[in-house]
Amino acid sequence: MSTTLLVVQMLNGLQLGILLFLIAAGLTLVFGVMDFVNLAHGVQYMLGAYLAVLFWRLTGSFALALPLALVAAFAIGLALELAIFRRLYARDHLDQVLATFGLILILNDGVKALFGNAPLSLPMPEALSGAVRIMDGLSYPLYRLVLIAAGLAVAAGLALLVSRTRAGMLVRAGASDAAMVSALGVDIGRLFSLVFAFGAMLAAFAGAMAAPLLSVESGMGDNLLVLAFVVIVIGGIGSIRGAFVASLIVGLVDTLGRSFATDILKLAFSPSAANQAGPAIASMAIYILMAAILFVRPAGLFPASRSA
Amino acid sequence: MKAAGPDTARRLSAAILIPLVLFAALALLPLAAQFGPKAYILSLGTRLMIFALAAISLDLILGYGGMVSFGHAAFLGIGGYAAGILVDEGRGDLLLALPLAMAASALFAAATGYVSIRTRGVAFIMITLAFAQMAYFFANTLSAYGGSDGLSLLARSGVAGLPLMKNDTAFFYVVLAILALAFGACRLLVASPFGQALEAVRQNPGRMAAMGYDTDRIKLIAYAISGTLCGVAGFLLANQTEFVSPSYMAWQRSGELIAMVVLGGMGTLHGALLGAVAFLALEEILSDLTPHWRLVFGPILILVVLMGRGGLVGLIGRMRR
Repeated sequence: MSTTLLVVQMLNGLQLGILLFLIAAGLTLVFGVMDFVNLAHGVQYMLGAYLAVLFWRLTGSFALALPLALVAAFAIGLALELAIFRRLYARDHLDQVLATFGLILILNDGVKALFGNAPLSLPMPEALSGAVRIMDGLSYPLYRLVLIAAGLAVAAGLALLVSRTRAGMLVRAGASDAAMVSALGVDIGRLFSLVFAFGAMLAAFAGAMAAPLLSVESGMGDNLLVLAFVVIVIGGIGSIRGAFVASLIVGLVDTLGRSFATDILKLAFSPSAANQAGPAIASMAIYILMAAILFVRPAGLFPASRSA
Repeated sequence: MKAAGPDTARRLSAAILIPLVLFAALALLPLAAQFGPKAYILSLGTRLMIFALAAISLDLILGYGGMVSFGHAAFLGIGGYAAGILVDEGRGDLLLALPLAMAASALFAAATGYVSIRTRGVAFIMITLAFAQMAYFFANTLSAYGGSDGLSLLARSGVAGLPLMKNDTAFFYVVLAILALAFGACRLLVASPFGQALEAVRQNPGRMAAMGYDTDRIKLIAYAISGTLCGVAGFLLANQTEFVSPSYMAWQRSGELIAMVVLGGMGTLHGALLGAVAFLALEEILSDLTPHWRLVFGPILILVVLMGRGGLVGLIGRMRR
């Protein structure tokens, strides 16, 4: 367990945490404001990656493809909200789960029908493709550092947006009492649409930024969606701050667990037992963590205060 | 505690008529299969019944208990792996393997249910999903039993040493008998004082708590019964396909189980039966027509949610009016 390996894995964990935050932020906002469970949030991450590939093919430039993908994702989010989601706000969670599950089936199969079954790839932008020397014997890909920095910047921007602007104030007010906000003359329907589309755009940003690192394929958002659920359950549903803290915890625990669980077990058990149990424990670590946190605090680490 | 009234008689008769027709049709299916592609019809029929069993088990907690479990496929996997591992170890006889599969499912349900039931509403959905994912990833690391490639069963379980399930027709009737038994048992359960208490906890947990009921305990028992029953379905599924893999527990599978229950009409038991049959038949027909059958299936699901009231059972009720 050398220091360099530890630093590299910490950075990898941070990177996963940042991606998770970008997805979980939209999920928790939509849940906090509209009391809406959106399973299809993971496919919006996938759409972001596919849109980035599509626009890169059209323009040949990642710098152009990224903003175009974000605009398109915002528009798609808006269209989906108007066509389907707004009919579901008043329904119970079961209906929401089922309808958005149907949407996952459509979109996961839709990209296969449009782009083919084979995974796509997006080349790394030229300017960001190098590596940076962090310390002796350790260099880390520049693009991954940029991804971490971009995610942190978005998190800071989001915090400012929610706590300091009028739009953010309305979002917070909507989360605590939507009916009252509506009675005070705010167009709550429009607010909901915008929050929803904004959340879709954040997920698409994560997908587009991750596209050069991963293979872009149908279903790529599904497992991240489940991780994002773990994040917002740990963080406290509806809380942006909770989502941020929990994202980093989950990202780090998952990544470090996978790299070091076997080594740590070797300290106490025979190597063969450690080799058997290590991967199993590592793959379950975050779920065990979630169960432990929920056991102590059923509402998560930062329960958002909601008036009945 | 359903509302009593002139509607009750109609609903009661549907509650008897629908399962009666379905079970009679199923019992005759192997005879009808003689005139068609027999192996295909038998295997589809067996698959329908196994998923109907899983859907009924989910309806117990979803329809009656109001617990939206998004991780029910985990129990299919646990039952399936119990079957696979025990056959692999040469202890595959149904009389030993099935109780062990049920015990494993019950244990997992009790442990995860104990934590999950402390949460409310949407957190329950997410935490059951997360626990199922945990089981899914754990199965992926089971390298001694195939890991992510899955595990092939050398043979189906015997019954008391007899190769009763080797023959497809015999296996079909074994599954039918188990399904009928489970359906009857669930009917008795929901009509029992326990079942009534479970429904009351869904409708008004505060009041039940004030009346001295331990609401979490009632929900946990129901959750464990439901998980155990679904484990039986997993056990049978692994025996039918003679294969078990982590994909048994994929979260899409959990979503499909919910879709079956809601499509059929939840909180009726026979709705779950009907829903499983309709879901799998639809999947079979659509996937025959196009590889992108989910493009058709997804919109149907959304429309059922937006327009459908009470699923197929509700539709039948309105048609009889």
